[in-house]
Formats: sequence, C-alpha cells, structure tokens
Amino acid sequence: MSAGSDPSSWLPIDGVLAVVVAWLAIGLAGLPALRRFRVVTTVLFPAGGVAGAVLALIGVAAAFSGPQVAVLPIGLPGLPFHFRLDALSAWFLTVIGAVGAGVSVFASGYFRRGEGTPPGLLCLEYHVFLASMALVVLADDAYAFMVMWETMALSSFLLVTANHRIAEIRRAGYLYLLVAHVGAIGILLCFGVLQANTGDYTFANMRAQSLSPLWASIGFGLAVFGFGAKAGIVPLHVWLPEAHPAAPSPVSALMSAVMLKTAIYGLLRVSFDLLQARLWWWGVVLLGIGLATAIFGVVFAAVQSDMKRLLAYSSIENIGFIVAGIGLALLFSAYGMAALAALALTAAVYHVAAHAFFKSLLFLGTGAVLHATRERSLGRLGGLIRYMPWVAWLSLAGTLASAGLPPFGGFVSEWLLLQSFLFTPGLPSGFLNMLIPVVAALIALVAALAGYTMVKFFGVIFLGQPREEKLAQAHDAGTMERVGMGWLAAGCVALGLAPTVVIRAIDPVTRRLVGAGLGDAVSASGWLLVPVDVERASYGPALFLLGVAASCALAYALVRRLYHGRIRRAPPWDCGFPAQTARMQDTAEGFGQPIRQIFEPFFRMERQLPSPFDARPRYRVVVGDHFWHWLYLPIAAAVERAARLIGLLQRGRIAVYLLYSFVTLVTVLLVVKR
Amino acid sequence: MGPVVGQLIDLLAALLLMLAFAMITQRRILSLIHLFTVQGAILAAATAVVGWATHQPHLYFSAGITVVLKVIAIPLLLHRVVNRLNVRWDVETLINVPTTMLIGIALVIFSFNLALPISQLASTIARGTLGIALACVLLSFLMMITRSKAVPQIIGFLSMENGLFFAATAATYGMPMVVELGIALDVLVGILILGVFMFQIREQFDSLDIRHLEKLKED
Amino acid sequence: MDVSALGVVSQLLEVALALLLAPLLSGWVAQCRAWLQNKSGPGLLQPYRALHKLFVKESVVAHHASPLFRAAPYVVFGCTALACAIVPTLSTDLPLAPAADAIALVGLFALARVFVSLAAMDVGTSFGGLGARREMLIGFLAEPALLMVMFSASLISKSTSLTTIVETLAHRDLMIYPSLAFAGVAFTMVSLAENARVPVDNPATHLELTMIHEALILEYSGRHLALIEWAAALKLFAYSCIGIALFFPWGIAQAHAPAAMLLALPALVAKLAAGGAALALLETLSAKMRIFRVPEYLGAAFLLAVIGMLVHILRNA
Repeated sequence: MSAGSDPSSWLPIDGVLAVVVAWLAIGLAGLPALRRFRVVTTVLFPAGGVAGAVLALIGVAAAFSGPQVAVLPIGLPGLPFHFRLDALSAWFLTVIGAVGAGVSVFASGYFRRGEGTPPGLLCLEYHVFLASMALVVLADDAYAFMVMWETMALSSFLLVTANHRIAEIRRAGYLYLLVAHVGAIGILLCFGVLQANTGDYTFANMRAQSLSPLWASIGFGLAVFGFGAKAGIVPLHVWLPEAHPAAPSPVSALMSAVMLKTAIYGLLRVSFDLLQARLWWWGVVLLGIGLATAIFGVVFAAVQSDMKRLLAYSSIENIGFIVAGIGLALLFSAYGMAALAALALTAAVYHVAAHAFFKSLLFLGTGAVLHATRERSLGRLGGLIRYMPWVAWLSLAGTLASAGLPPFGGFVSEWLLLQSFLFTPGLPSGFLNMLIPVVAALIALVAALAGYTMVKFFGVIFLGQPREEKLAQAHDAGTMERVGMGWLAAGCVALGLAPTVVIRAIDPVTRRLVGAGLGDAVSASGWLLVPVDVERASYGPALFLLGVAASCALAYALVRRLYHGRIRRAPPWDCGFPAQTARMQDTAEGFGQPIRQIFEPFFRMERQLPSPFDARPRYRVVVGDHFWHWLYLPIAAAVERAARLIGLLQRGRIAVYLLYSFVTLVTVLLVVKR
Repeated sequence: MGPVVGQLIDLLAALLLMLAFAMITQRRILSLIHLFTVQGAILAAATAVVGWATHQPHLYFSAGITVVLKVIAIPLLLHRVVNRLNVRWDVETLINVPTTMLIGIALVIFSFNLALPISQLASTIARGTLGIALACVLLSFLMMITRSKAVPQIIGFLSMENGLFFAATAATYGMPMVVELGIALDVLVGILILGVFMFQIREQFDSLDIRHLEKLKED
Repeated sequence: MDVSALGVVSQLLEVALALLLAPLLSGWVAQCRAWLQNKSGPGLLQPYRALHKLFVKESVVAHHASPLFRAAPYVVFGCTALACAIVPTLSTDLPLAPAADAIALVGLFALARVFVSLAAMDVGTSFGGLGARREMLIGFLAEPALLMVMFSASLISKSTSLTTIVETLAHRDLMIYPSLAFAGVAFTMVSLAENARVPVDNPATHLELTMIHEALILEYSGRHLALIEWAAALKLFAYSCIGIALFFPWGIAQAHAPAAMLLALPALVAKLAAGGAALALLETLSAKMRIFRVPEYLGAAFLLAVIGMLVHILRNA
C-alpha cells in the first residue's frame, strides 16, 4: 500500500481498494449462507449497495486530486499488480459505484427462491463482478488488467447463466463467453504491440514508448477489435441481444450500464493515453464504426417484440453514439484542435454516465414487470400503469431520458455532440468538412429513431389495455426495488438538470486526455450550459423545466378558475365502434412495421403469410440479423472444417502414434544438428 | 454590384441542383416535363446574367437558343409524344426512390469534393458553381439509369446536357458559337431519332418498358 | 445574462401575442382555403368560438385512462407555449432565450410529440395506436430535417441561438444565401408535415384511415381538447415565426430599441398574413398523399437540407 496504516493520510486510492475488499468480503460471506435466502437479500445486497455509494463519493473526490499509484504484491512473484487512480479512472469508478448501488438495492428486493443458482453463490458472483470491474478501471499494468478482465468475463458468464436449467440461456451464455474471449485475445495482442519489445508491461512504460505509425495503427486496430467485442460494436455485437435478455434483470442492468463502459474505458485509455501518436484516419474509422453501430442498433431495436432484446439493441445504439463521439474527439485532436476535441470528448463521457443511469433504470423496470407478470414478450403486456404505478412512473423518467428529450439526461450529451459538429468547418481537409454535416444528420436521425423506439417500449408495456387476463393480478414493486429504481431515476434527472456541475467534474478527464477542458467556460455562466459563449449556444435545463412547468401550472389554474374542472368517466369513444377488445390495440410488430418497411435492406426477414384457404390463418414474421448468416455461420463452418481436417490425425492405431513420435524425434535431431 | 451578381448566379445554380434532385424523386411524367421546362428557363436566366456581368453579348444568343429549344420546342415535342403514346402513368423505377435519393446524396458529395481544387484554380465569376454543375450532370445520369421507361430516360439525357451547358458557362464563359450551334443541332436530331425509336419499341413490344429490350439478347 | 425590464416586457408581450394571435392565424388559413375553393368560410373568429365552446363543456374521459392521459394536454400546451416564447417574433431581447437554442427547440417539439403519442396509446383503442405510430413516424423523419434546416442557418451565423441567428441575418447587408434556398424548401416541406396539413394530413378529415393528428386526439373532449387544439394552433404559429425569423427576419427589433418594437408588430402581422395565405394556396393546390409516400417526402426534405449544408461548405471552402 502506498500509505501507512494511519487513517488521516489515506489517499482516495486506498479508499477504493478498501471498497473492493469490502465487496469481496460481502461476496464471500454469501458462501456460508448458501441457501439462506433472507440473510443474503436483506443484509448482503444492501451492504453492497452502500459500498457502491461510498465508491461513487470517493470517485468524485478523486477526480480533483492528482493521480495516485499503488503497487500490490499479489500476483506472481516479480509481477505485482500496479494500480493507478487518475481522473479517467475516477469518473468510471463514480459511474460503477453509483449505478452499482442502485442495482444492488433493487437486487435485494428482486431475487426470489428457486431460480437455478443458490442465492449465496449468486451473491458471491455478483460482488466479484462488481469488484473486478472496479479493479479493471484501476489497473495500471497489462497483467493486472487482463486478470481483472477475465475475472469480469467469467463472473458475468456465471451470472448470465444463473437460470442454467433453461437451454436457451445456456446457449446465450456460451456465445457470450466465446465472443468475450475472442475480444480478450485482441486486447492481449494490443498490449503486446504497445510494450514494443521492452518486456515491461506496465502502462507507465507503454506511455513512454513511441511507436512507428504502422505499429501504432496495428495496436489501435487491435484495441478497437478487442474492446469493441466487449462493447458490442457492429459486427461483434451478436452476443449482446442474446446475453442481456438471458441474464436476470439486475445483472442485465449492470452489464448494459457498467460492463460495456469498461470497454469504452479501455478504448479511451489505449487511444488517448497509452498511444502517443494521433492519426486523423483513426478518428474517421471510429466515427464510421460508431455511426454504423448506432444506426444498426436503433433500427433493430425499433422492430423487436421482446422487451429485453429491445433494450439490448438500444444499448448497442448508445455505444455507437459514444464511439462516434470518441472518434470525433480523436479526429480533432489529430489536427491539434484541442478545444473542439474536449467538446466532443465531454459529450462522449457524459453519455457514458447518462446511458448507465437510464439503461439500468429501464432494465430494472423490465425486471419488475417480468416478476409481476412472467411475460417478456411485448405482445402479452399492456396497461400495467394501473397495476404497477411506481414502476411505470419511474420507467417513464428512464424512457424520456433514453429518448434524448430535454430536460433529461440523454439530451445534454446529444446537444454537446451536435454543437461540436457545428463548430467544425475549420478542418483542413475539404472532404472531411463535407462529411461532417452528413454525420451530424445521421446522428440526428438516430436520436429521432431512439425516440420512436422508446415510445413503443413504454406505450406497449405500460399504456393501453392489458392484452392478457392475468395482467390484472400484477403487483407493484417492493420497497427495496422502489428505492433502487428511485435512486437511478434521481440520477437521470440530476444529470439532465445540472449539466454544469457534471461537466466541471469531467473537466479533469478531458484535460488529461486531450489537453483542454470545458470547465472554465462552464463555470463562468452559472446554471446555463455555455460551452463557448452565450451568443453562440446556450442551454439552460433548469430554466427550461421551469418554463414548461410554469406554463402547465398557469394553464391548469386559469382553466379551473375561469371555467370548471368537471370530468365524467365513460367508455372510450373509438369512433363509435361498439365492441372493443384489448386485442384491437397496436401490437409491438405493428408499431415497428413502418421501420421494417423503410429500412428493409437491414433486416433478414422470414415471413409466414396466411393463405385464403387456411382454416386458422397465421401471420408470422421473424426479424433476423444478416451478420449472423454472412459472418458468423460461415466462420463457424470453416472452423468446423478445419477441426475435422486436423481430426484426421487421430487414427486410433498405436503404430501411427509411434510413427508421429519417431518423425518428431528425427526432425528435432536434424534441426539441432544444423 | 459585383458580389450581388455572384450571389445571384450561386442562387440560380442552387435552384438547378434542387430541380435535378427533384427530378430524381418524381414519379409522374408530366411533372418531369414541367421540371425540365423550369430547368431550361433557369439555365437561360443564368446564362443571361453571366453575359450581362461579364459583358459578353454572345452569351445572350446562347440564352436565346436555350429558351427557344429547351423551354419551348423540346417540351412541346415531349408533350406531343406523351399524348400520342398515351404514357401518362406513374414512372417505374428500377431501385426504389429512397435508395435513389441516398445514392444522389453520395454523388453530390463526390462531385463537390472533386470540384473543390478545380474551383480554387479557376478565375471566372461563377467558379464556385462548377461542383453544382457536375452534381447536376451526375444526378441526371443517375435518373437515366434508374428509370425503366423511355421518356424519363430522354429527359435525363436532356437534363445532363443542361448540366454540361451550365458547367461550360460557369467555367469558361460559354463555348465558341460554332460548338454551341453544333451541340444544339445534335440534341435536336437526337430527340427526333429517340422519338422514332420510341415508336418502334412501342410497336414491337406493345409497351415502353425498356426491360423488354432484354428479350433481344442472344441466348 | 443581464435581464432588463425592457426584456421582461418584450418577453411577456411575445407570449401574450402568441397565445392571442395563434387561433386567429388558424382561422385566417381556414378562411383563405375556403375563399380559394369558392366557399364563404366560417369567419376569422371561429377558432375562438370553438375554444370557448370546448372549455365550457365537461371533459369525458375513458374509464381506464391513466393520469398521463389527463396531464398530457397541459404538458403539450406548456411545451408549445415555451416554444413560442423562445422564437424571436417582436424583438431579440428575450430573457428566456438562453434557456433553449435551436437544438433544444427541436427537442421541445419532440417532447410535446412524445407526450401526445403516449396519451393516444393510453386509452388502448385501435385508433390511438394507429395515430401514435403515424405521428412518431412523421416525427422521426421531420425532426432531423428541421434540425438540419436550423444547422444551415447556424452555419451562416455561426451560432445556434435563435436570437443571434436573427440578428446576424437581419442586420447584415443583403446577401442571398443559396444554402438558405435549400433550407427554405426543406423547411416548408417539414412544416407542412409537422402541422398536419395537406399533402401529409388533412386537418379537416373525419375518415379514420386518413387521420394522423385527428386519430391522436380522438378520445379528448372538453377543456383537454381545447388545450390541445390551442397547442396545435400555437405550433403552427411557432413554425411560421421560425420561418419568418430564419428567412425573412427584417423588421424584428434589436435589443434596447423599444421604438422598433412598435414597427415590428405590424411587420409581423403582415408577414403572418402573407404566410397564411401562401399556406392555404399550397394546401389547395396539392392532394393528400398516401401514407406510404410520406417517408419519401420527408426523406427528400431531409436530404435537401443536407445538400443545403454541403452547398454552404462548398462555397466557403
């Protein structure tokens, strides 16, 4: 440890390590209480939540102090773990802690008996997952990083397959593990390139290396591949829509909100911190990948009919948005425009936090709905706002934030990114100057489509009439679940209403990575968000909300005063149709039909149409992913073919094996002789 | 006075581009002919403005020829053809309209990009419009490729010629009179031949759908 | 941000003017349409009479409608009222203007659209879902197009704040911007779509299969319907004022010039009257298009706006 045992000289990094140890201890405490369900839920998970909140506070404090280092002698002899807490790590730790707190509190009210894995084991896996994510963000050498990364992957795999009795969930977990390890190979190779033959794998050494542009580009490419596989960029995204729905909802929330962000952390760390070179075409590549991912994600999200798959694809879209922001920052940074790079990077980092809060809130909402109704398909839900009001109204906050509407959290990052596009036409390359408006247009399109998707999500689940009889027995969420969701909703609202405070916290991060920050401009203008100057652009969410609320209140009061407030209840009008059933509402497929029609080339659709002669006509459409058929199945087939060829070596006869040994011996002797 | 004239030419160039883009998205043949007429009128106006600003009277003649040919004669011919062949229905496209629009945008970016260094070298008053003229030509070409009936293809060909004419005016203050008269004659003869062609296609296949021409290939 | 008394006065005046004049604008457009179709028309003050009638009636709400259904008209009204307060119509000295720039203004309209769509889905009838789906479809295509139009203006004035845009465009020397020509055409197409006018949606239709806006508000009655109709009129007013601010900004008073505001009012009325008549002419000349063609129409508007921005960059390269 870098500090002694004297508490007054404890640095924030010691605090973080203490929280990690606390999480591990809570996890291990689950083992003796393996099947003691009540202990696990009422004591251990809330304790984990409190630890998370403490971590968030430490992260905020650490953002403003300088970088601190700790070296732990765990690990192999001669290869200790190096840990480092700087502004970037502090930001991600805050996000991990705050979201983890909310999800843990929810989880303590969520887990029920008899769902596959015993609760004590679940507690262990969960807290190991949280601890390993915190340590990934803290790691300062490649060895510690890879160990923590693998622990994160393994613990999340075990969590995804918590209900391992269902075959589909096992399949999803296997796919997840496969892609995670393919990505891990990429990351490992990237670190190998970065250390440039010096044999010292610490990040400090990597920072000091100056690679040739070729090797730097290879390292960058491997980093994009490796971290992208974990973040879920196209075409490495196939595991996301399978794994996130398969996991229990608190785990899906953590994975989508926090684990994907550790991949973003890795990308930021490698491209801005460890690699000293900045080439402009890296930024263009990231921008292109980010845009493609965002469009792909949102178009697929709009046509889903399973609520958790919809949210998973929406996560893909948000990750694409963040990657596009990072690409833009890299592009500006390569041309030396530090202020604009800071603007784009602030937008991306802000979205990291905003997405973490609203996506976890939405996943927790679906978890509550799943528990109350046992239905995951949108075609069998509806009207739940009457039976589950708390869940519905809290999910409304998440939905509005996710749709990128002012004055909620998702809008600020979109606003900042669009501002950075507008300030661009100063790039030296004419072609890039012309590309930027097109990119801005596509980002606006993606944001609008996200609004469409979220209206579908909220409207089909919570509004309208219940599509099944049994939905009337749905019960609302319990106290702990409400507290957890409320904490996250408060975070969404806070991120929307107080952007200046958050940007002041992000300022050290951008200063560290690109050399400039928005903090000064922002602190000068109080409650208004003014990145450069009031005449150029300004956004005041608090004033905005006040304006809308004041107009509503005034309208309400005046109407009541001047006229009246009488209401009469009656059956719905529906243009006078006499018989109405719940089945006459729009289905999820119906809501997504315009998107299916407009964006048809994106999908691989299998349709089953009824014929006029069917006794029981059925219409069925399955929307599939082209990448699965064009990329993954051929690769799997090729691997199988190669395996079969190698399998020819296995003859089963002892003489053949002895022949192999003989040939090897002779060859070795020949080689040695030379 | 100078900059205002320059902006006027830019505005007319922008209107030309808008019309070329609108022609790609049109589905009805009569609207296509009307758009083409308006395009000819704008082209004549732009030529006249350039002629006035640079004091080159021969550009007035060019503008006059453009008006006579492209605003009066050719649209009349096309109307007559459309009436005689009774081809008033919706235009069929080989690829659907949104995809065509997206390809159109890519072509616009491409031609703007191409024209950037050239326009910085040129010294004429309307040099910023070279990219726009190139974009008009490419968009008209796209229209020719993606339509499956004969009349829109002819209009695409004529619109391409409009774009080339505007490019010439913008970059070099018009072509020598001889070349211009030659081109005008070629266009007129081309129209007449295409008209004859259309009647033949109609007689042979009973329809003006050019996909029927594929039946003529060797098998 | 220094707030002067004059600023507060001009802000309040603008909001009051918007609230009072918006139904008159709708009435004027309906009257022009009637005249163009050789009918005698309902009179300019008909929207006011309709609003009064609706406020007096009691509000009939479905049995199972949630609080969201009852709150949505107020939220929609509040959003459009704030939008009218932000767009500079009389003067550019508006204390509320820094709260939302052009991008946030588009977000404000999106917020109103989302709430009205959710309210439509709340009652659970087939028309509600139909209307919500169509409204969100139009919105998802029109919103980026509107954003790109704003960006074209922003690129010229190097700012996204509407007051700065107006000041730059109105008080510079007369310049013709080709990119604004593209933006103008795109803006016209988008405002026809967003305000539920022919050729996208017929505001006077009662055929269910052709309804978009009408299907959304089918279940509302009484004061809720009055608020929503008023909000629709405010939206048309706001779009007209945005169009005037971006493309014909001459006449809007600058800050600290109270005398100029006296001139600004008749200028505004004249421009709105001309705009309303033009809108009525456009509506009469076009036919409503099939709902499946609307994405192409809006896609064309979107791409025109993008071309406008590209033209601007080409000229300034």
